[in-house]
Amino acid sequence: MTSVSGKGVQVVGTRPIRHDGMDKVTGRALYGADIQLPGLLYGKVLRSPHAHARIKSIDTSRAEALPGVRAIITAQDMPDITERIGELGETMYNLSYLKENVLASRKVLYKGHAVAAVAATSPHIAEEALALIRVEYEPLPPVMNVKEAMTKGAPLLHEDLVTDELGKNGTQPSNVAKHFRFQKGDVEKGFQQADVIVERELQTATVHQGYLEPQNATALWGADGNVTVWCSTQGAFMTREQVYQLLDLSEAKVKVVPMEIGGGFGGKISAYLEPVAALLSRKTGRPVKVVMSRSEVFEGTGPTPAAHIKVKMGANRAGRITGAEISLYYEAGAFPGSAVQAGAMCAFACYNLENAQVDGYDVVVNKPKSAAYRAPGATQAALAVETVIDELCERIGMDPLEFRLVNGVKEGDRRVDGPAYRRIGYLEVVKATREHPHYSAPLGGPNRGRGVATGFWFNAGGPSSCYLSVNADGTVGMVEGSTDIGGSRVAVAMQAAEVLGIPAEAVKPVVADTDSVGYTSVTGGSSVAFKTGLAAYEAAQDVKRQMVERAARIWEKPVEEVESANGVFHLKSDPELKMTFKDLAARLLTTGGPITGRASVNARGAGPGFAAHIVDVEVDPETGKTQVLRYTTVQDVGRAIHPSYVEGQMQGGAAQGVGWALNEEYVYNKQGDMTNSTFLDYRMPTSLDLPMIDTVIVEVPNPTHPYGVRGVGEVPIVPPPAAIANAIYGAIGIRMTTLPMSPGKVLEALQAKGKRQR
Amino acid sequence: MRSFEYVAPRVLSEALAAVAERGERARVLAGGTDILVQLRAGRRQVDRLVDVKAIPEVNELSYDPHRGLRLGAAVPCYRVYEQGSVAQAYPGLIDAVSLVGGTQIQGRASVGGNLCNAAPSGDTIPALIALGAVCIVASPATTREMPAEDFCTAPGRTVLQPGEMLVNLRIPPPARRSGAAYLRFIPRNEMDIAVVGVGASVVLDDARQRFVSARIALGAVAPTPLLVKAAGEALAGQDVSERSIEAAAAAAMAAARPITDMRGTVEQRRHLVGALTRRALRRAIQRASEE
Ligand SMILES: Cc1cc2nc3c(=O)[nH]c(=O)nc-3n(C[C@H](O)[C@H](O)[C@H](O)COP(=O)(O)OP(=O)(O)OC[C@H]3O[C@@H](n4cnc5c(N)ncnc54)[C@H](O)[C@@H]3O)c2cc1C
Repeated sequence: MTSVSGKGVQVVGTRPIRHDGMDKVTGRALYGADIQLPGLLYGKVLRSPHAHARIKSIDTSRAEALPGVRAIITAQDMPDITERIGELGETMYNLSYLKENVLASRKVLYKGHAVAAVAATSPHIAEEALALIRVEYEPLPPVMNVKEAMTKGAPLLHEDLVTDELGKNGTQPSNVAKHFRFQKGDVEKGFQQADVIVERELQTATVHQGYLEPQNATALWGADGNVTVWCSTQGAFMTREQVYQLLDLSEAKVKVVPMEIGGGFGGKISAYLEPVAALLSRKTGRPVKVVMSRSEVFEGTGPTPAAHIKVKMGANRAGRITGAEISLYYEAGAFPGSAVQAGAMCAFACYNLENAQVDGYDVVVNKPKSAAYRAPGATQAALAVETVIDELCERIGMDPLEFRLVNGVKEGDRRVDGPAYRRIGYLEVVKATREHPHYSAPLGGPNRGRGVATGFWFNAGGPSSCYLSVNADGTVGMVEGSTDIGGSRVAVAMQAAEVLGIPAEAVKPVVADTDSVGYTSVTGGSSVAFKTGLAAYEAAQDVKRQMVERAARIWEKPVEEVESANGVFHLKSDPELKMTFKDLAARLLTTGGPITGRASVNARGAGPGFAAHIVDVEVDPETGKTQVLRYTTVQDVGRAIHPSYVEGQMQGGAAQGVGWALNEEYVYNKQGDMTNSTFLDYRMPTSLDLPMIDTVIVEVPNPTHPYGVRGVGEVPIVPPPAAIANAIYGAIGIRMTTLPMSPGKVLEALQAKGKRQR
Repeated sequence: MRSFEYVAPRVLSEALAAVAERGERARVLAGGTDILVQLRAGRRQVDRLVDVKAIPEVNELSYDPHRGLRLGAAVPCYRVYEQGSVAQAYPGLIDAVSLVGGTQIQGRASVGGNLCNAAPSGDTIPALIALGAVCIVASPATTREMPAEDFCTAPGRTVLQPGEMLVNLRIPPPARRSGAAYLRFIPRNEMDIAVVGVGASVVLDDARQRFVSARIALGAVAPTPLLVKAAGEALAGQDVSERSIEAAAAAAMAAARPITDMRGTVEQRRHLVGALTRRALRRAIQRASEE
């Protein structure tokens, strides 16, 4: 780790054992599937076997007659919320689409689309009942990619969808939900000034987050009309919002209890099972648990959009980018709302461009509604931009990192979509990468290549809450609302501990349900260490203020007389008169009562994150298989609160990116059925496919956070596919433009090259 | 998953009776790493599982330099590679058993189960064929034998008739100056089904200059694992050289009848048959030369 800071702090920057660690490694931690309640029923979801079809009728009578079946629901059981949808207008998610995605009413839009659900006394009976439900479909031709979807006369997914074309609504129904554009300068003029222009067309695959724990939900619709939902979610409040709106309840009727979460990466924000379990519970009067199988996760939840990308970039001999243009066509899946907007903002975010244009298209296809996946949209765009830059560098004979130092963004520069940067660390990251021994190490063998690529992610803030309560033994209970996906509980607790001058272990964090903590936005956008860290910091300040007052009262001195440092309170006039945090905590009940602190914040000013990756690969020329030999990640994290978990995020993002690069993809047949919906054939990298991933933490503190935190979790997935494509080029002299760069595709490219040369 | 009956006899005759009684509705349970997965996924339904892990004959693993190897049908992979004498005599078999799944799977998965499951991609089958393994099959009434290459008849289908089971496999003792190898191609380095698998065994002359005989078997490129006689014939009597290896690889490529599916295309598989045959042969030759 290269650390530029670390002064004046005791806890921040250390590596305490996480509070939930023991439970996690001993299997004691409670996940949604562990829920057991008296009278529990088991739910299963019937899913469409067709990629695109009209539902003509659903007959549940035979299934209802099966002994052990307690209830069956279809979209007809969902409340009519037309009015609510009207009132909401445009929100973050479109409620009517969400409703159709949870249970299809008129049409099924992808294989795996939910059409009905059963609750029964055992999961096996529920499964048998599914087979007895008769659904009559009228199959329709599916559209499986943007090219098909945008062809004139293509089958339409939504007869009422018209294109939002640069802000104006079209008149004809279309599969293109939106076309938008960002512009800066004059891109044609930019290309005229170029000495070298590279133009490419690329394609990325549909890939899934692959979180270990499948979606699950248990719901109890109480006799009093209150609904409790236990589930695996990235944001209990977000889930509550979706559930109460879909079920047409008032907000506080729904309580969401977030269980431990086995990964999310953006995929556990949208509701799938929660409303279904709740409706089954209402119908049966009993708690109902629904747990997805892995195939259901692949086929029924949101992967990241596949993207078709056209990119053109020009540079002069001095290595300055003169013009850049990119068109991003992202597959939204069955309903509008892909990550193309974010992708478009990220595409050129690493470079200070005078002339650029970005076009984004949000296109519906007969695949599951796409969801967020770690830096949503950015990785696809980075593949295009970072490989074309590699080509530009080759053509003008410039080192690719030198090129990035010439063009890279710094404070004051503006992105193509408008915003200007505050203090950022892109150039620091590139310099650290150039200086890393990996960058100049010999490759050590034939068929090997080295690639580099960089990436950007915004990072986010948002509303968050934290409560602290001081215990008599000097420990502090901490209640927060942020689902802990990557070790955030400890990172948040450490920020409270730092303020209070107590060890991280003395803070006892709990992630609470929606009745027990103030509103907290989702664990997404790499926001938790920043926003909930800030809430914990403020709550700790609140505690500290009260502790100072209490010390003053005990010493019968004015508050201004008392100082606190490193967990010790003392009198300014008489430093010998002091009390530790623990001493004072022990006296609270007899000196005026307990002390609690609280803070709710709307954290703004999240600091953007930049990363650069170096990768060495070896390609087997006989089989086309790529082996990753060495991998180094360099990233500006602002401040690493808990370096181990920061490194874990950097490594995890890189590992997932290797998956995108080499083998992960949804494989579809002609009918639009996914043919590889298991972990056997959906090939995420295993430990044997990855080298040790080296991490270099760069710290350019974010000025808007008390400890300088930026986000960490997302940007590390942005550079890998591009870096690996560049490395493969180094190894075999072929520019791969389609993900994944699986052995079959590389072999084909090698053979085509062989033929050309013969 | 539907409920079914589970029995675990301790005597072979009882097991045979238990299987025969239910005919097609009974299946043998060895390690369960295929059958349990299939039952849970609803890809197969049975009325009865007959666990054979408590039957001595089906769990025997013994090696004798003169008689060869007796490999009980339910012996899990790990026992094969952990028994030193077996590992030394049959490195080609070890190649295969040590890449079936991971460590946990190898603790259960048996060679017999791999064969009876009859997946075209089953990793141990080309190795068994290359080594000239013989299958001993029994029913309550009779016992019969057949070479491993004749055992599988179609994906998931074997010569076993309702009421029959595989008791064990016999592999002849390795000839002097022989060597064998199994290689598969998978896109990852673990947890994958062979896109192509190649088993090869060779016997060299005393001077290690010529092939006396050779057997080459392919996996995942036809409805069943395939013995490529022409590839063996292309080598017998020939010099040990890249040219003869190339001729065998060409024969193997010609014999392959692959399909295109999500794991690979016809062209890719045919190409890989060539590449892997060359590599497997080189490794087998090296082992024969070290002998
Ligand atoms: C995670 C995982 C990874 C895997 N990796 C691989 C791999 O890399 N390569 C590979 O080839 N396979 C792999 N497999 C598949 C499986 O492990 C192998 O095919 C294994 O050898 C099967 O042996 P078993 O003893 O578990 O068979 P079982 O599941 O017990 O039986 C398999 C079939 O054979 C029948 N059967 C078993 N024994 C007899 C008998 N004596 N007589 C008659 N019929 C019998 C059963 O009824 C059943 O139909 C994997 C499986 C899993 C779950």
